Amino acid sequence: MLTEHEQHEIRAQMALYEQPAAVVPEALKLVQARRGWVADEDVRDVAAFLGVSTAEVESIATFYSLIYRRPVGRHVILLCDSVSCWIMGFRDLRAHLTARLGIGMGETTPDGRYTLFPAVCLGACELAPAMLVDGILHGNLTPERIDEILAGYE
Amino acid sequence: MATIYIDNEPYTVEPNGRNLLEVCLSLGLDLPYFCWHPALKSVGACRQCAVILFRDENDTRGRLTMACMTAARDGMRLSLTDPRAVAFRASIIEWLMVNHPHDCPVCDEGGECHLQDMTVMTGHVRRDYRFDKRTHRNQNLGPLVNHEMNRCIACYRCVRYYRDYAGGRDLQALGWHDHVYFGRMEDGTLESPFSGNLVEVCPTGVFTDKTLGRHYTRKWDLQTAPSLCVHCGVGCNTMPGERYGLLRRVQNRFHHEINGYFLCDRGRYGYEFVNDAARPRVAADPDTVRGWLSEGRVAGAGSPRASLEANAALRALVGAENFYAGVAPAEHALVALMRALLEVHPTPPPSLREVEEADAVLLLGEDPTHTTPRLALALRQAALRPPMAAAGATLKIPPFDDAALREAVQDATAPFFIATPQATALDGVAMQALRLAPDDVARLGYAIAAGEGEIAAALRNAQRPLVVAGFGSGSPAVAQAAAAAARALGARLCFTLPACNSLGLALFDAPGVADMPRDVKTLILLETDLFRLLPDAEARLRKVKHVVVLDCLATPTVAAAHAVLPTATFAEADGTLVNYEGRAQRHFRVFPATGDVREAWQWLDALRGVTRTFDEVTAALAALPAFAGVEGAAPRAEFRLLGQPVPRQPHRTSGRTAVTANVDVHEPTTPPDPDSPLAFSMEGYQGHPPAPLTPRFWAPGWNSQQALNKFQQEVGGPLVGRPTGVHLLPVNTGAVPAGTPPPPFQPRADAVLFLPAHHIFGSEPLSARAPGIAALTPAPALAVGAALYARLGGGPVEVRVGDAVLTLPLREDPALPVGTAVLPVGLCAEALPAWGTLTGGPRDA
Repeated sequence: MLTEHEQHEIRAQMALYEQPAAVVPEALKLVQARRGWVADEDVRDVAAFLGVSTAEVESIATFYSLIYRRPVGRHVILLCDSVSCWIMGFRDLRAHLTARLGIGMGETTPDGRYTLFPAVCLGACELAPAMLVDGILHGNLTPERIDEILAGYE
Repeated sequence: MATIYIDNEPYTVEPNGRNLLEVCLSLGLDLPYFCWHPALKSVGACRQCAVILFRDENDTRGRLTMACMTAARDGMRLSLTDPRAVAFRASIIEWLMVNHPHDCPVCDEGGECHLQDMTVMTGHVRRDYRFDKRTHRNQNLGPLVNHEMNRCIACYRCVRYYRDYAGGRDLQALGWHDHVYFGRMEDGTLESPFSGNLVEVCPTGVFTDKTLGRHYTRKWDLQTAPSLCVHCGVGCNTMPGERYGLLRRVQNRFHHEINGYFLCDRGRYGYEFVNDAARPRVAADPDTVRGWLSEGRVAGAGSPRASLEANAALRALVGAENFYAGVAPAEHALVALMRALLEVHPTPPPSLREVEEADAVLLLGEDPTHTTPRLALALRQAALRPPMAAAGATLKIPPFDDAALREAVQDATAPFFIATPQATALDGVAMQALRLAPDDVARLGYAIAAGEGEIAAALRNAQRPLVVAGFGSGSPAVAQAAAAAARALGARLCFTLPACNSLGLALFDAPGVADMPRDVKTLILLETDLFRLLPDAEARLRKVKHVVVLDCLATPTVAAAHAVLPTATFAEADGTLVNYEGRAQRHFRVFPATGDVREAWQWLDALRGVTRTFDEVTAALAALPAFAGVEGAAPRAEFRLLGQPVPRQPHRTSGRTAVTANVDVHEPTTPPDPDSPLAFSMEGYQGHPPAPLTPRFWAPGWNSQQALNKFQQEVGGPLVGRPTGVHLLPVNTGAVPAGTPPPPFQPRADAVLFLPAHHIFGSEPLSARAPGIAALTPAPALAVGAALYARLGGGPVEVRVGDAVLTLPLREDPALPVGTAVLPVGLCAEALPAWGTLTGGPRDA
């Protein structure tokens, strides 16, 4: 069930678009902001609320890599693997992060603290290599710097 | 006319807003493609049809361009054979093949796969990709369509057909990148009643025919013949395939005027009634039956699901004065009325192609998705095309640029108005969908005829308006109102008809079976189930001394017969059927009937003691004024090409087989066919036969259904050679039958008006016996409005209508007009609409 607040927020978005289907990405972001991820039930609820088919919502939900259709950890780490970051040491950072967290890309730590994803460009080439933790950008990364940053989340 | 230079050869072509791919294919040149489809147009997604386009004759370098996205223009110069284009096309196939499994030997598409054909055409014969292929989990999409996503090459044809063309909402492109997945949100039966076309739209084996899979045979081992769909009155052309006495599948047979590229699921999957083990197969002694004929008065009932020839043979046997139409009284009167209204209308009934080209539609009382489904798919195009054409003209988008046009129009539709008691599947494309009782639908029609209201104004502005009504409402008032509206608007008039030969039987002008005298000694029922037609069927049959039933279905009437003569189905019989337009078309035997089963006209001739060929039966029929010219529907049996018949089996048929070796080690002889120019053989004329005789679409290098390109005058155009079918219905004759608006519908306190509900799956008796269709047939339920539903507490309820008493669960349809309820047809023989009573639920609550 969508909460009153979510319905209110989605309704506000609907005023901005001609087609209800155009609101789907915003609606999914709103749902995810509150719940951390988008469950099957949420897909059905958004579809029913907007009057579009569940398959239409699912096609949009599965298209955007930042809409999570499975549960994620409390903190989501997006490690940039685009050209600049690749040149500036992405592979070393990946090795460090996966070893430290004990998970591969796209996985969540058993304690539910972290989920690790690759990201194609964070738009921060001048700070390469870079990562995003819960929406906060961290640049000029080194393995040591990563340890410092993650210490703040533990 | 324009001149286009292809590899320095000049070709004269008609550009007509067509793209270079269409032009090349129409010229007979081979250019590979995937995402383009003649009915779905271009999106430029697959990059397979790349050619080199030169600026002018001095340009030696040129540039690579996609033929399907480039409009043809006079003086254009292009190259298909330029090494850069050839290499590019080979590399596209190589990439598409990266994830495609090497499972052709176990794939149902193998041997008729567009991907196989295109791979061979581009010369990609060696695979260098050494890595893991991406794999998917498949979904169960229901009893009709099989899903095997690993074979997908992501051409997007399936969703473009299913979503954009057919209006389905549950199949989508999911995921992204290397993981694009075409499927549903979760497992489940595809919701669109046109899902079977995915099998032909998909260029490879992602979507395949699940019913074929259960008795699989390769295309090259199927015996096929030009045939017709027998599951409604539209008359779609089909291509059924048989092996070893089992009908294996039905495929679409392109007809430019009617079905085009697509069938409905009832038409594609209804065929399995032919293989039904319960079919009558043991014949009574015909000599005994012949003896009964001289005992006293004989009467015969013809059938709207039997061919003209079978009905004519029965009429000849019993005499014109003893020949009755095996149709329920109300339907008989309604079909006769619709025929009369069509004959006085100034313009002939529209073909489905003309329906698609309409620019304003008024749909009265009918839900064609459930009565004549293929018409509903055509009506959907009529709603979507005019805004696309307007946007194309304004924004200068070529007519083939499908994605751009759909983006430009969003959900805009043409003037499309619906007035029915129940919600219809076309409501989504309608400007207005009104929920009215039948009498009020008729009143609306008359009001529009009088020019009243905004609907009349919108229809009056149209260039090609269309009015559609039909048997689905069961209301003569609606039919008359539709005709009045069409006449006043100068619109085309289209009436739906229930059975494949409803109009053909009506042309015999025979009285209905209810008018049959009760003192008959011997009654001959041709493919007529009296229990479905008359409430007093049992009493009537008990009075008759000899009941002789000729049928291919195990009906209650067959069970009550004194003698049964098992008849051939459409697949085992030649015949002529008349569709809703009055177009007489011929279907040919796909395979010979075995055992006691014989074609109905042969049984009837045998009872009469005559031996005729099929052409002689047709010629006798053509002597009746209503059927003049009917023999022109197809070439006569003597027709030969280079002295040879047309083979029903392809030249690649495996041929010799040991399947009958337990009976006889010798090769079975080829059964003769004195009734058609086709042969039950792989030997015969190997070129392209005339359109009415084309048993399959195949051309060298084109093993898939898309070989059709080679059989058309131009891509998407009519088949080469003479058109199929002849029109029997006169137009613009005589006086208009008088009709006046009925009084407004008044709900009654003591009764409910029961309206008929048809369903694509289950309402038609032949297809209802096919397991795939039966699995999708909804459980019968009575639909009532919100107020009644609340009062009855959700049912079950007892329905009393006429003499029938039925107990049914309840279903809520909040939009139903107050005072009405909707009853599925076929549960009782009472004519609907009819007043009746409804009791049940918490009575005193």
